[in-house]
Amino acid sequence: MSGANDREAVFPTRQSLGAMKSKLKGAQIGHDLLKRKSEALTKRFREITRRIDEAKRKMGRVMQIAAFSLAEVTYAVGNSSISYQITESVKQAKFRVRTRQENVSGVFLPQFESVQRDDVGSDFQMTGLGKGGQQVQKCRETYTRAVETLVELASLQTAFVILDEVIKVVNRRVNAIEHVIIPRTENTIKYINSELDELDREEFFRLKKVKGVKERAQAEQEAERNKTAQNDSDKENQQKRSNAEDAPTTNVLGDEGDEDVIF
Amino acid sequence: MAEGMFYNVSNGYVEGIVRGYRNALLTSQNYGNLTQCETIDDVKLQLGPAYGDFLAALPPNPSTSSLADKTLDKMVAEFRYIQANATGSLAKFMDYLTYAYMIDNVALLITGTLHERDTRELLERCHPLGWFETMPVLCVATNIEELYNSVLIETPLAPYFKGSLSHQDLDEMNIEIIRNTLYKNYLEDFHRFVNEEPGIKGTPTQQVMTEALEFEADRRSINITLNSFGTELTKQDRKKLYPNFGRLHPEGTLMLSRAEDPEGVRIAVDGVSDYREMMDQTGMGGGGGGIGNQSGGVGGDEGKSLEDLFYEKEMMLSKLAFTFQFTHAIVYAWVKLREQEVRNITWISECIAQNQKDRIGNYISVF
Repeated sequence: MSGANDREAVFPTRQSLGAMKSKLKGAQIGHDLLKRKSEALTKRFREITRRIDEAKRKMGRVMQIAAFSLAEVTYAVGNSSISYQITESVKQAKFRVRTRQENVSGVFLPQFESVQRDDVGSDFQMTGLGKGGQQVQKCRETYTRAVETLVELASLQTAFVILDEVIKVVNRRVNAIEHVIIPRTENTIKYINSELDELDREEFFRLKKVKGVKERAQAEQEAERNKTAQNDSDKENQQKRSNAEDAPTTNVLGDEGDEDVIF
Repeated sequence: MAEGMFYNVSNGYVEGIVRGYRNALLTSQNYGNLTQCETIDDVKLQLGPAYGDFLAALPPNPSTSSLADKTLDKMVAEFRYIQANATGSLAKFMDYLTYAYMIDNVALLITGTLHERDTRELLERCHPLGWFETMPVLCVATNIEELYNSVLIETPLAPYFKGSLSHQDLDEMNIEIIRNTLYKNYLEDFHRFVNEEPGIKGTPTQQVMTEALEFEADRRSINITLNSFGTELTKQDRKKLYPNFGRLHPEGTLMLSRAEDPEGVRIAVDGVSDYREMMDQTGMGGGGGGIGNQSGGVGGDEGKSLEDLFYEKEMMLSKLAFTFQFTHAIVYAWVKLREQEVRNITWISECIAQNQKDRIGNYISVF
């Protein structure tokens, strides 16, 4: 994936080189930040895992006690319709669950809180008035505790699931930046650099060539000028001798002796 | 001994049967075996000799409630058999026994009607002993006024409603108050019955039953007082729920009606040594340990609760009732003993099912 040829499709220009360099820098900062976030989340995650373990053990105990207190109620009251009477006499929930959000490194974790409404009276406080009322109340208390544990556990479990998801995403990003984006950007920069160097060399060579050509042209011009100057002086001589000699003289100039003439 | 001369003419057979049933009750040795069980299946096996056919239909590893239902079924079947053979005052006496369960059932149905539930479903939840012929008719009523005017009047409980509860009360009052008012009226009526019925008056039945009913009345008074602490039940309302007889009546109940804490209850019952001892045993008088229920959190067996002691006392009275002959009271005693047995079995199987062996010894073994 991160092969030598893997680079972004950009034109190797200085502008894109600058863009790439800033991109690389951004990627590195982002990588550091994400890595730190993932570490913070993992720490939190471990803590939650530990607390879930505790809460689950606690739940086991509490639920056992609660179930047993229900057995006590059945024993004390002596008939099984008591649970029906209780469920029927309740009109409003006294035990409520409230949610709030907690921010852990940018992740919103819902937290459930159990709230006992004071304005809602216990509707079945008279149940078992003649028999077993105290057991009923005691059972209510143990079950309240049991539900509190359940709410706590639910809050932890939700946080667990969400954190798990987020940690996965963050780690994926960290890895993507580390193993894909940074090498690719580096490759691109390398490519652009090499292309630019290549261009530089070409340009230099071209300049050299141009210079050569120009120098040659200059030399030619020089030679021409010398020639004409010579010719002029010769002409003056030759015109005196003969005008017929003109043509061979020009022929001599064209055929041979740039070198002879110049240096 | 005049009562003995003719008792057997009409009731001898029933008495014999009941005494036979009493011998079939589980003994402490049986209970000892039951507590050794590891699974509900073992419990079922141990109960085999006593309950036989009734448990046969249960699936392997039944739930404790279905086990309890089956044991209850047996009791009901036996009760029905005796009831079918009872004549004269005994038949009337046994009707009275069922009224207590009827009150529970009616209270259940009223609750259902109040919340506009399908009362037909409720019929299954009713106690079978409290079943009366017109009970399914209760389901016809859809609102509370109808229930009161046309249905409750037809039930055997009508006299208990009459005079103390109007149909508005049914709507507004707490169902528990209604239930306890009914129960109070019922106890008073039963008390009057055993003291005034020509066939019972002057017989051992009167003697034994008066004692048993007085105990029941006192137990209810004390329980209601203790359970009402911290609720919205006012003292005036509370006073109305105390039966107007019993060993605590009238001074004790008056003091109970004024009691504000368990200490007050203790002072109120101070005049009756039995109850005072119970209060002392539960540590209620000393102020320590709070309201000592039978439960005490995890495993902590902090002695018996008041309710346990009441049950024990009740069992004691029931046991003693069998020392009398030529009396209806043994039927009452047998029903109570049988109920306790069902509760014991439920308790033991519940302990086994939930693996709470340390509390398993909380049952009350009578014989």
